[in-house]
Amino acid sequence: MAVVAPAPPTEVKAYDTRNDAGKSITIEWKLSATDVGDVAVLKGYEIYRSERPDSGFENIGFVLCGKTSYDDNSTQDGKKYYYYVRAVSPTGFADSEITGPVTSKAQWFNTDRTNILILAVLFGFLIIWYIERAKKGEKLFIRKITGLDAIDDAVGRATEMGRPILFSFGLGVITDIVTIAALSILGKIAKKSAEYQTTLLVPNYDPIVMTAAQETVKQAYMEAGRPDLYNESNIPYLTTDQFGYAAGVDGIMVREKPGAVFWQGYFFAESLILAETGHTIGAIQIAGTTAITQLPFFIAACDYTLIGEEMYAASCYLKPDPQMLGSLKGEDFAKVVTIGIIVIAAVIGTLAHFKVYTFDKIFEFLIDLFGPMRMIFGR
Amino acid sequence: MKRQVPLVITFLTGVLLVITFFIPHEPLGSLEQRFLIWYTIVAGFTYLLGLDSLVRYHLLKVRDKKPGWVYSIILIFGLAVTLVLGFYSWAKFKSPFTLGCPFMYLYTYIIIPLQATMFAILAFFIASAAYRAFRARTFEATLLLIAAGLVMLGRVPLGSWLWREIAYLIGLIPGVNGVELGKFELFARINDWIMDVPQTAAKRGIFIGTYLGAIAMSIRIILGIERTYISSS
Repeated sequence: MAVVAPAPPTEVKAYDTRNDAGKSITIEWKLSATDVGDVAVLKGYEIYRSERPDSGFENIGFVLCGKTSYDDNSTQDGKKYYYYVRAVSPTGFADSEITGPVTSKAQWFNTDRTNILILAVLFGFLIIWYIERAKKGEKLFIRKITGLDAIDDAVGRATEMGRPILFSFGLGVITDIVTIAALSILGKIAKKSAEYQTTLLVPNYDPIVMTAAQETVKQAYMEAGRPDLYNESNIPYLTTDQFGYAAGVDGIMVREKPGAVFWQGYFFAESLILAETGHTIGAIQIAGTTAITQLPFFIAACDYTLIGEEMYAASCYLKPDPQMLGSLKGEDFAKVVTIGIIVIAAVIGTLAHFKVYTFDKIFEFLIDLFGPMRMIFGR
Repeated sequence: MKRQVPLVITFLTGVLLVITFFIPHEPLGSLEQRFLIWYTIVAGFTYLLGLDSLVRYHLLKVRDKKPGWVYSIILIFGLAVTLVLGFYSWAKFKSPFTLGCPFMYLYTYIIIPLQATMFAILAFFIASAAYRAFRARTFEATLLLIAAGLVMLGRVPLGSWLWREIAYLIGLIPGVNGVELGKFELFARINDWIMDVPQTAAKRGIFIGTYLGAIAMSIRIILGIERTYISSS
């Protein structure tokens, strides 16, 4: 039986991998004509590399059929390399032409992130501009956030009932920006609870968050003039196990029966277990999270819920000095800009769909501009 | 001075990390990774603080005979047993995570069932929360109830069966092909539409707000405007 060699891959090109820290070359090719996506017909492609164009080629990698690129991450920056790609079938192989020389080098700017840089500079400028306007004494309107207005009532209610207050950061760690926002809210609650002489319990999932919470509460008690009321054991570490934490907090709630419960931070599946237990003990509950999937549970089980951005606005809302309010206003304007871009893109997309004028090209440009952001943020 | 130093460190670190996001070249390209390694090392040590806090909290509870102090004894006992078995498994099997070693036995037959039990409770809580949320007291709650009912019908075999039966009845009208109509899967299509259009739109709206809020908060922290994390005022 005659051995049948596959068709070779064509148009092989090698180039320095874009937007990386160097030490990498990308090799691309067009599929072999034999490649029908079946390993029984064509197993895949072997990649060969050499520092000379005529000899010394070594196999440096393999990819399965259907693939058209390979990243060689074992290069030395500045050194010249030559490549070819071999199509391998069960019955034989076929080599592409040799391509090169190509060298790898590190880049000083990630061009895929240009759009983010532009938007970050624009949004940063808007925020700083509004801060400056606020500093000049301009009166800025901030809408009411009922959940934050209810904090005083909740603390007051717990005090009147003679019950403690419970605050939880959920499963958030200190690198979550929402935890920092929650610390701001904790500071406000701690100060109020010190003034009203009401016990504040803060069981923790993460030891670093516990340390930050202890410092925040201690500082708030000192500012309220009641450092004597501060008790470190009211801000304990429980466990870094999701459901262990839920069980621990549930236990504290059932035993201590807090009059007010604050769920502020990042939550996962334990959110409803916690909030429903809070409901059964009759506590007034104020939740706040940026975890979209948990928001419906909090809305169903709690009295008030801070939705996403409202949590980040909390510190500005609770401490309305010009700089804070200005940044909030700048954020709102950035939102208006974003909505404007979405509406314009939707109109252009619709016109492109109906092939009106050259809107398809403009729409493609918009996709190219904003597409990489989706990849970076993963949404 | 006590407050200025953390603010300066925050500013420098924040600006540096923002810059490195756009620069892949070494040494800046891997700086974020290095920071995360440092964070992991620091976090490792803080577990000792956590352990200290946990043990002290429960020992005080036992000493003062506070409500539920018996559970504190069980917790301290459990902690000690886990620690001893962990070290024993480490010494005898070279790793506490070796399959079949006492530590893994503890994990597989005690921790996992306990976690599963807590997770299972969620089913009952979903039922009670859904009952309250779906009570049609207001227009919005009624809308939620209808949408939730349709989504549920679109996701279970009952919905498919129900639509086929409805289509059969419609098919009794002369000129209407009930069998073909039954393949239309109306409830599944309504479910897809609710999830893909209004649900996704609302979710994206919240996402946009959340991300912009995070950017604004980050700028406030980096510029030292937001200081509540180092002081409540």
